[in-house]
Amino acid sequence: MNASTLIPVILLLPLAGALFCGLVGLFVPALRQREGLIGVVGTAMVIVPFLAVLYLFLNFDGGAIVVEFYTWMAAGDLSVAFAYRVDQLSLVMTLVVTGVGGLIHLYSIGYMHGDPGYWRFFAYLNLFIFAMLNLVLGDNLVVLFLGWEGVGLCSYLLIGFWYTDLKNSAAANKAFIMNRVGDFCFLLAMFLLFRELGSLDFDVLLVQGPSLDEGVLYLTVFLLFMGATGKSAQIPLFTWLPDAMAGPTPVSALIHAATMVTSGLYLLARFSPLVLAAEGIMAFIAIIGALTAIMAATIAITQNDIKKVLAYSTVSQLGFMFLATGVGAFFVAIFHVVMHAFFKGCLFLGSGSVIHAMHDVEHQLSQKLEPEGHTGKFDPQDMRTMGGLKKFMPSTRITFLIATLAIAGIPLLSGFFSKDEILFRAFESASTNDYGMLVWIVGMVTAFLTAVYMIRAYVLTFEGEPRWPKADTIQPHESPWTMTLPLWVLAILSIVGGYIGLPGVFAHGDWNLIHHYLGESFGGPLAEVHGEAHVALSTEWILLALGAAIAIAGVALGWYWYSKHGPAFDDRLRSRFGRLYRAAEGKYFVDEAYEKVIVKPLIVGAEKGLAPFDTYVVDGLVNAVAFITRGLSFVLKYIQTGVVQIYAMAIVIGVILVLAMMMFG
Amino acid sequence: MNIPHLTSIVIFLPMVGAILTILARRTEQVKWVALVVTSVTFLASLGLYVGFDPGISTASSPQMGDVALWFPVAFDIKYFVGIDGLNLLLVLLTTLLGPIVILSSWTSIKEHQKAYYTLLLVLQTGVTGVFTSYDLFLFYVFFELTLIPMYFIIGIWGGENRIYAAFKFIIYTLVGSLLMLVALLALGFMAGDAINGGVFTTDWYKLVSYNIPVSSQGWLFLLFALAFAIKIPLFPLHTWLPDAHVQAPTGGSVILAGVLLKMGTYGLVRFCLPLFPVASQKYAMMFAVLAVIGILYAALVCRAQTDVKKLVAYSSVSHLGFVVLGIFAFNVEAMQGALIQMVNHGISTGALFLIVGMMYERRHTRLMKDYGGIAKSVPILSFFMIFAVLASAGLPGLNGFVGEFLILIGAFKSSVLGSPMLVALATTGVILAAVYLLWMVYRIFWGSLENEENASMADLNGREIGLLVPLVLLMIILGVAPNPFLEKSEPAVRDLLELIESKRAAAESESSLEFEYRYADTPEFRVPEIDEAALKAARKITGASAEETESSFGLK
Repeated sequence: MNASTLIPVILLLPLAGALFCGLVGLFVPALRQREGLIGVVGTAMVIVPFLAVLYLFLNFDGGAIVVEFYTWMAAGDLSVAFAYRVDQLSLVMTLVVTGVGGLIHLYSIGYMHGDPGYWRFFAYLNLFIFAMLNLVLGDNLVVLFLGWEGVGLCSYLLIGFWYTDLKNSAAANKAFIMNRVGDFCFLLAMFLLFRELGSLDFDVLLVQGPSLDEGVLYLTVFLLFMGATGKSAQIPLFTWLPDAMAGPTPVSALIHAATMVTSGLYLLARFSPLVLAAEGIMAFIAIIGALTAIMAATIAITQNDIKKVLAYSTVSQLGFMFLATGVGAFFVAIFHVVMHAFFKGCLFLGSGSVIHAMHDVEHQLSQKLEPEGHTGKFDPQDMRTMGGLKKFMPSTRITFLIATLAIAGIPLLSGFFSKDEILFRAFESASTNDYGMLVWIVGMVTAFLTAVYMIRAYVLTFEGEPRWPKADTIQPHESPWTMTLPLWVLAILSIVGGYIGLPGVFAHGDWNLIHHYLGESFGGPLAEVHGEAHVALSTEWILLALGAAIAIAGVALGWYWYSKHGPAFDDRLRSRFGRLYRAAEGKYFVDEAYEKVIVKPLIVGAEKGLAPFDTYVVDGLVNAVAFITRGLSFVLKYIQTGVVQIYAMAIVIGVILVLAMMMFG
Repeated sequence: MNIPHLTSIVIFLPMVGAILTILARRTEQVKWVALVVTSVTFLASLGLYVGFDPGISTASSPQMGDVALWFPVAFDIKYFVGIDGLNLLLVLLTTLLGPIVILSSWTSIKEHQKAYYTLLLVLQTGVTGVFTSYDLFLFYVFFELTLIPMYFIIGIWGGENRIYAAFKFIIYTLVGSLLMLVALLALGFMAGDAINGGVFTTDWYKLVSYNIPVSSQGWLFLLFALAFAIKIPLFPLHTWLPDAHVQAPTGGSVILAGVLLKMGTYGLVRFCLPLFPVASQKYAMMFAVLAVIGILYAALVCRAQTDVKKLVAYSSVSHLGFVVLGIFAFNVEAMQGALIQMVNHGISTGALFLIVGMMYERRHTRLMKDYGGIAKSVPILSFFMIFAVLASAGLPGLNGFVGEFLILIGAFKSSVLGSPMLVALATTGVILAAVYLLWMVYRIFWGSLENEENASMADLNGREIGLLVPLVLLMIILGVAPNPFLEKSEPAVRDLLELIESKRAAAESESSLEFEYRYADTPEFRVPEIDEAALKAARKITGASAEETESSFGLK
């Protein structure tokens, strides 16, 4: 078996699964509730491709393989084929997509149990995998874009999955439209590259791209980055992601944490030779990444909805990855993408398990309170009414804790290695650029905040005493094995995953497997900074220790504060930081600003301006012409009296006039 | 594989069907006759697709056509039809929509059924004729022929305000086409004097071989372009369209959006560009700007609509703006995009109108606020609608993307337009399309079912699913495998652009034209014999010499 036989299998099975689940559900109502059938088919259609990818990965000999199916569209100089590229970068991404994706499918079998839209859910989820595989495997920008927009569509469908609540649908619209703003930039980048190089195939773009005219190159990289900010929720296009939590939790884990939101990083990594050549834009990317990271981290501290905390955390972590990209450490960005998929996937699935249990609490509560006539407003995602869940959900708790410590950067866990590598690279780059030191400092502060807000979420959820009403009699339960198994797998990966990227202090970086796999200097596809940037070994050790200290300090302080005071500690923060806290709590009012400056004017302009303009001015002119014509005919008809004498008279007058003109003219 | 006379058969089969429907006794028979005839026509048109050989250049001849002198006495006006890369897909689109429209009207048209189906059939002959004419005069006749049935379809089977809409439709388009007639006559005489021995000619092959003096190109171009711009419709000449669409019955809307509007864009490609290359490049920027204004303006106006049918109507204005932009970019990528986008728009907007019609048939309202949450009560209808919406929004993998992408990528690098900023502005249309389309979906399909009438809506029946499935399949096929279709038109587009370029260059250097179009001397295109008496008569009227007249008829 080789790539050309396996790639169709990898791509088409998820598509077949989507078609099967979708068509069966749509046209055979009797099978809609056959959860076993739908769940197993849906999951198998991702697990089998995962095994195929694993096979390719293990048998990969280092040279990129391109599998071309047929020409998609050709016109003039443009020729785009359905072509897929198997190389180190796409293999890593594909492993994450199908591996984590498969686990999340498995998890969903239990999580979505009893939902009337079970078939729809698996159809969308399979379709998402198909689109995501196109994104990471495509060998030209147009196939990549097919996946890019395809995952956007699935994101839209899944955020608005519970469509009877219009709030969810509004969040879905917001996500799709904001992503389209990014896609607009992506399109322009394609137009520009095609105009300059006459092709959209990676082979051409990656080889000839870096030597483009500087202005064009800068613009192209800028546009690609703006496209990435949409999909990967960076400033200025990040506000859709927190709202996207309206979707079912497995969706948040798969799409809005582990895979889709990292596609912006993938795009820039794929185009690393171009990015590296556009130095000014790299500074911009690093600064935007750092700003996004710290901004989202401060918001995350103030949130009470467990999924919102994780959502802002994702935005923040993505900011870290862009920071890495901006200092030229592409392989580190991808390293963090993979680690993040493990621990954030685990955290989201853990939160789903918690929400699952809290729904049960809500259910029991409504039964208990029924005689009294009201159930009150109980939000199963609000951490203020959780607490003490470790007693009831041991597996969820342990795995959540592991992932929390991993993302916080506690030494020897996965996040420690990847985050420290990012900060190290930023520090190192400071010797050759002006912004390295700035983003390093911002990164260090953010790392501390990350440890605090994550341990806050953990403590408020699992530690202390239960805070939901009637907690003495109502007891939640641990989730079924289909849900806890993926948690364990991801938790273990969160522990050991980091060892694929051991820092340079060990054996001069020779043990950094992912660097050796992806880096250009080892024959991989990711460009690297070549230059004089160098840091002494002792400094490396110091930085490593500093990173560890900050993480440990954050975790320890957070644990102390929140286990002692519970949710009430937020009030202390609020009074301590005043305006800053309220700004963070209000998400810096970015949504409100967009609403006021862009959305409202556009809609009001359309409704109160253009639509009446069209009716009364553009069409009014048309009707006016018609009206005048009719009016003239109304007047002129009196000339047509039908009295022959008058006609004769007119003729005579006319003849006289003509003669007069001929004589005197 | 060349099937003789097939174009004529495809054109006139519906007309034969119209005669049959008039003769039919019972209304039930009328429907079946119409359905069978349009289906057979569609099958016959597949022969055109299979038989068409893109390798045979348009410059040498159209394929599977016929030619005959129409007024063999004084005017070189021909019945001259055939297929080439520019019109093949549009003919197929027309014949495909034929049976679909008949089926969509099956239960919704209850009055004067006989007249309705007869008019639909006549309309189809007219539209097919427009797309296949190689004689400007014949084109004009077919162009006008489409007006009358459409006028009655809107005026008789339309909504509350149908009389106003029908009048507006016919007067607006008539104004345009009368101006075109003036230009046509002037052009015919000019060309006749210059290259046809003084005999008035409207033969497309002769016209395109004639380089019209630059001084006359401007106003001739503008008169033609105005007629086509009204038909497309191009901003700001679009206001007849929402009225006509909202008032027209579903079948009328589908034909109107699906194929009638394309007569305008097709006219630009077939006549305006090759006949007036200098003028069309001179005014290219003007048209591109109007097109881009139309894209954005109509998209924003869509967002302000309360009536779903009106929203879809305005979206047509926006989408056809892309087509016009592609036409005036003057390169293969954009022109190919424009041609395929005409077909794509017919399919996806046709589907949107069909589904809106199905909703109307159930709920008797077009106001979006009267719906809400119907995804729960009518999942199959919702599926088809959202699918068509995605195609219309240009999602990659579906048909709309291919056309828009080729148009924009071509226009971006166009040296004639030379304005990437304008194209960037047009590209924001893809954001706005998502805005108004998703907003429409939001209001109609999502939310809770609060209205009892919405909750009890019946989902699509077999007939309705059956007529939507081909459209959905085509959205996918044209989305993932457009290349077989693009390959059919690419040589013709290359020829056309080459012709335009060489004519423009010749006009600039005031040298004679080197690129000549001349249809091949194959049996089907051999001009029939003209008897001596007719020639004599022709000489008498035109005052031309015997040699000139004879050569003008291709006799020497």
